Amino acid sequence: MENMRKERIDRGIKVRTEGIYAINSMKEMMFLLAPRLLLILAILVLPFVLELAPYWKRVINIICVFAMIGISFDFLANYVGLVCLGGAFFIGIGGYFSAIYNVYLSLPVYLAIPCATITGAIFCTLVLSLCLPLRGVYFAIVTLMYPLLFTRIIEALNILGGTNGITGLDSFSNTYVEHYVIIAILLIALFGMRRLVIQDVGLVLRGVKDNDQSVKASGINITYMKIFAVFLASLIGCFAGAYLAHLYMWAGISLFALDFSILPIAAVVIGGGGTLVGAVLGCFILVPLSEVLRTFGSFRIVIYCILLTAFIVFKSEGLMNYMQRKYYQFERWVKV
Amino acid sequence: MRKEPILSVKNISKSFGGLKALIDVSFDIQQGDVFGIIGPNGSGKTTLINCITGFIKPDSGQVYFKGKGITGWPPHKIAREGIARTFQIMRPYYSLPAYKNLIIPLWSPRARKTGGWRGGGKHGDRNTVAVDILEEIGFERDSRVPYRLASTLPTGYQKRLELARCLAIRPEIVFCDEVFSGLSMTEIAGMTPLIEKMKIEGITIIMIEHRLRELFRVANRVMALNFGEKITEGEPRYVIEDKKVKEAYLGSEGV
Repeated sequence: MENMRKERIDRGIKVRTEGIYAINSMKEMMFLLAPRLLLILAILVLPFVLELAPYWKRVINIICVFAMIGISFDFLANYVGLVCLGGAFFIGIGGYFSAIYNVYLSLPVYLAIPCATITGAIFCTLVLSLCLPLRGVYFAIVTLMYPLLFTRIIEALNILGGTNGITGLDSFSNTYVEHYVIIAILLIALFGMRRLVIQDVGLVLRGVKDNDQSVKASGINITYMKIFAVFLASLIGCFAGAYLAHLYMWAGISLFALDFSILPIAAVVIGGGGTLVGAVLGCFILVPLSEVLRTFGSFRIVIYCILLTAFIVFKSEGLMNYMQRKYYQFERWVKV
Repeated sequence: MRKEPILSVKNISKSFGGLKALIDVSFDIQQGDVFGIIGPNGSGKTTLINCITGFIKPDSGQVYFKGKGITGWPPHKIAREGIARTFQIMRPYYSLPAYKNLIIPLWSPRARKTGGWRGGGKHGDRNTVAVDILEEIGFERDSRVPYRLASTLPTGYQKRLELARCLAIRPEIVFCDEVFSGLSMTEIAGMTPLIEKMKIEGITIIMIEHRLRELFRVANRVMALNFGEKITEGEPRYVIEDKKVKEAYLGSEGV
């Protein structure tokens, strides 16, 4: 039998290095645009398509909330090198701030959410900046502890509604506003972040991940850079939290639930780390799956774990990285 | 009358636990010097650089840059003053293409304020400036080399990239931590003109080196360390003849 091997050739439009393309025709432009447009259109059309299945319409919102935390995790972990398990922390802080503004200070919902996003992000950044000198797994553990800490504080001091939470938040005016608020912000966050990481500032952040000593030796204060990155990530996370609180019309300690930290990470693993789109794709797979598995009760965690393990073992690069490679390269079998 | 030294190190000491890595090291460096620091392994050369550039805080002693005390400042503040360094273990940004490696120093506050190398930090497109710097430091512009991932570059190019990263912020002093080590003779022959070029640009260079012959060809002053102590300082031809330097390298029986 003859030995064959797979040969991979970059498509013609890719020039020299990543991110530079030479586009000569409409066809080549569409080659770049098509996947992006497909994603945008698919997400925008989804609420209309799911008119047929009202139960699943509500799931879209949850998917988007998880996708946003996924983006913020992917950004921090794969572009800044901070493994932040604080998804639940962002959600909880964003949610509680929005509840405070809306219920206690009676701001309208469309003002409460932006205010909660910004003040929540400032609060999260302040608290997280205390542990920024920590690296790797130590930072991860501390960020994992914060949501637990705040849960206990709220329980023990019986503040902010205690274990019952704050009820009576305003909801959105109708379901379409509900869908499109989160969809629009998700798309802005996704494409904004993808743009940011290829800007010069984004490169500096990637430098901090690759090797912070060289960044220091270039005269850049890496603590400021990390704070900036954490602020961006917590903006995205806190918006998701504030939105979620208004979606449930309730902010309680379950906003600090571990799910919000763990599921986005699983989504990033499945979707492909370092792509940002991967986080969204992963959520569109995992969250509906988790809904389907609801009938199995707590057994679903087992199925989840098996799926995750399988992915890590067999496709550790994740779906998006795999698909991008296939999309940008020809493959053919050649004789050795 | 002697000029005011550009860098003045006074009585620097540093110990790690019981190990005295540096004991009362003092020296002055004049503007435009190519200053060599030599010594056997473990004699404290890299620790000395780390103390001056702020990566380690010295236990005692002072460092003055143009008469200004910079002892114990954090590394980024010292770099902002114009003191750049390479690392003994090369530290490029492995996941970025070579020319993108230079975007980071070109973006740094110092480069944006002073313009960086040839004013590259100020005007618009840092990518073109980055490729210009790489060309100047010996990357062939029309080849794929400047666009390759830093992790896939040969050692010689990675060393050049380290120097380019220093030059991008338009430094006044560059500390070169063993830039010749691990290179072939031809690669070293390619690096030496770069050192000369930096010297012509008015950059003061401090080189730590094990390759003494190559170092003595470019350096105009040399200091020798042994077990954290300064044993001698002077012109290369005197230092090489010094009895204590020979002892340090060869052991006392060898002389």
